[in-house]
Amino acid sequence: MAFYIAQQIVNALQLGSVYALIALGYSMVYGVLRLINFAHGDIFMVGAFLGFFAAAVLRWPFVATLLFSMVATAALGVTIERLAYRPLRDAPRVSAVITALGIGLFLEHFTLATVGAQPRQIPRMIPMHFYTLPGDIGFSSTQAVILAVALVLMLALDLFVNRTLMGMAMRAISWDIRHLPLMGVPVNRVISLTFAIGSALAAAGGILVGLAYPIIDPYMGILVGWKAFVAAVVGGIGSIRGAMLGGYILAATEVLVAAFLPSTYRDFVAFSLLLLLLVFKPTGLMGRVWAQKV
Amino acid sequence: MRSSRMPWIVVALGLVLALGWVLPALAAEIAIGLNVELTGSIPQVGQSSLNGARLAVDEINQAGGVKVGNQRYTIRLLVEDNEDKAQSAVAVAQKLYFQNGVLAMIGPNASRNAVPAADVAESAHAPMITPWSTNPNATKGKQWVFRACFTDDFQGQVVASFARQHFKAQRAAVLYDVASEYNKGIAEVFRQSFTRLGGQVVAFETYTTGDKDFLSQLTKIRAARPDILFLPNYYSEVPLQVQQARQIGLNVPIIGSDSWGFAGLLELGGSDMEGLMYTTHYAPDIATPTAQTFIKRYQERYGSLPDDVAALTYDAFGLLVTALEKAGKPDRQAVRDALASIERYDGVTGTMQFAGSGDPIKSAVVIQIKNGQFKYFTTATP
Repeated sequence: MAFYIAQQIVNALQLGSVYALIALGYSMVYGVLRLINFAHGDIFMVGAFLGFFAAAVLRWPFVATLLFSMVATAALGVTIERLAYRPLRDAPRVSAVITALGIGLFLEHFTLATVGAQPRQIPRMIPMHFYTLPGDIGFSSTQAVILAVALVLMLALDLFVNRTLMGMAMRAISWDIRHLPLMGVPVNRVISLTFAIGSALAAAGGILVGLAYPIIDPYMGILVGWKAFVAAVVGGIGSIRGAMLGGYILAATEVLVAAFLPSTYRDFVAFSLLLLLLVFKPTGLMGRVWAQKV
Repeated sequence: MRSSRMPWIVVALGLVLALGWVLPALAAEIAIGLNVELTGSIPQVGQSSLNGARLAVDEINQAGGVKVGNQRYTIRLLVEDNEDKAQSAVAVAQKLYFQNGVLAMIGPNASRNAVPAADVAESAHAPMITPWSTNPNATKGKQWVFRACFTDDFQGQVVASFARQHFKAQRAAVLYDVASEYNKGIAEVFRQSFTRLGGQVVAFETYTTGDKDFLSQLTKIRAARPDILFLPNYYSEVPLQVQQARQIGLNVPIIGSDSWGFAGLLELGGSDMEGLMYTTHYAPDIATPTAQTFIKRYQERYGSLPDDVAALTYDAFGLLVTALEKAGKPDRQAVRDALASIERYDGVTGTMQFAGSGDPIKSAVVIQIKNGQFKYFTTATP
């Protein structure tokens, strides 16, 4: 039994790493713009397809594929913000949310039209090895790489946001976007950077998904996008550490529900628990309370 | 006046009667309708079906026709396109039965067309054989409707018995898509059949269409220590499931169903799929002489390997001819009764037997993936 739980925790760490990376993008964009970027799941999908291009067509190794996909997807995120969201920054928030949904549909159908509907396989970029820990707990080289890459990226982001000037500017925007330019903060550049980082992390999530679940298709972003969004909300949307925590909590709940109950109940029980959590802590686990002065 | 007309009437009646005797002897033709999907979303299915039908009819006619009773009849094929639409399939069936007066109709192929067309066959009191529709509803509760393929229910039984016999499996596990009717149906029939055959289903796990992570279910399956894993899922998901099963050390044999049978499975699965098996209707490299002859003739005529629809349509005609010979008269009721009691028909897609219902008891083939190709492995029965 102990073995069984330990093995399921290994599974949850793999799934949680992906959720966490994508949840970060939701959280960061929400933090600076108060915008739920519903296109984020599809940006993740584009990241996976760019990775497919680099790995299957150009036959690049893993690190090159990862960097290429992150850089290209970051550029895509910045472009989307510049063309679609910036003109709406002073418009009612619902306009921006609808635009985000539209961008998501655009990305899905653009990929569908150009790449085709049939699923594609990302070639194996990491030699497959299986390791067995004492107690018969098995994990693979891909799982180890996924966890390592996710942790390194999240640690780097945490340091960046909390220890650098740009990170401070980002945190400052999330407090007050209207008066910040008066302090000499280049708001547009900081917002662009936020989109770049968020999208690059989504692309990293896409490549890691390509390692773990190598079959990709244009609609793969929808389900993962929703789940990462839920993870971000649970962790406290706007909070970086909350998004990471939320990703792992959602994955652990899903995996453990499937492990001990009939797997049909997985999403139902997992999401009921999350809803219950939000009833008692509406701002999420690490969210802060937004007090408004009147 | 009255009496003077009588002879003429008698003569006229005599002529009509004489014509009635002479004409069939001259024409000696039986009209058979073909209701297929030549346009619409699956035109290749309709085309393959038409190819199989033409090959069958030409072979029958070249051999001098069908011997029904003491008379030989040639077959006249009336081809109609149902556009892969339910309403057109119904209209075509009505036209064939009521206007053209065909003795029997072959088709439609897709269940969405075959199920509504079957109602027309019932109301016309005329036989219909669908080559390819596997949905149980096409024949359920119907007197006049038959099929040349097996049903989804049947396939679940075949897989269960193959798992018991070939793999000597005692403990089976199933992972299936709970959101898809096809996958769910086969999974449930498999569970019942495997249990009935003395085995034990130790894990019965589900996922939802679109999921990519099956690790938690597979870990649970592994903990249940099965001897075999059954994945009645589509070709785009099976490779992920197989790979993840191997990743967590679930190294038992894995079997599948006819939804595996697309080239995409080989491309997506690569070497992970090597050696695995699944059940389906028919294998182009099948070993029986009947099938070999059919494949050779089909290839000579159309320049390609026949797919399962072509083979099943060919068998539908074979069944109809067998029934006609057995019926002894070209009569709808007699043909229906003969069809329903066919005890053994050796077709391209295996041996078939009808016992009361319109669903044949027939064998399925097992395909094994060998050197990145689908290869005939064996023939399996429930």
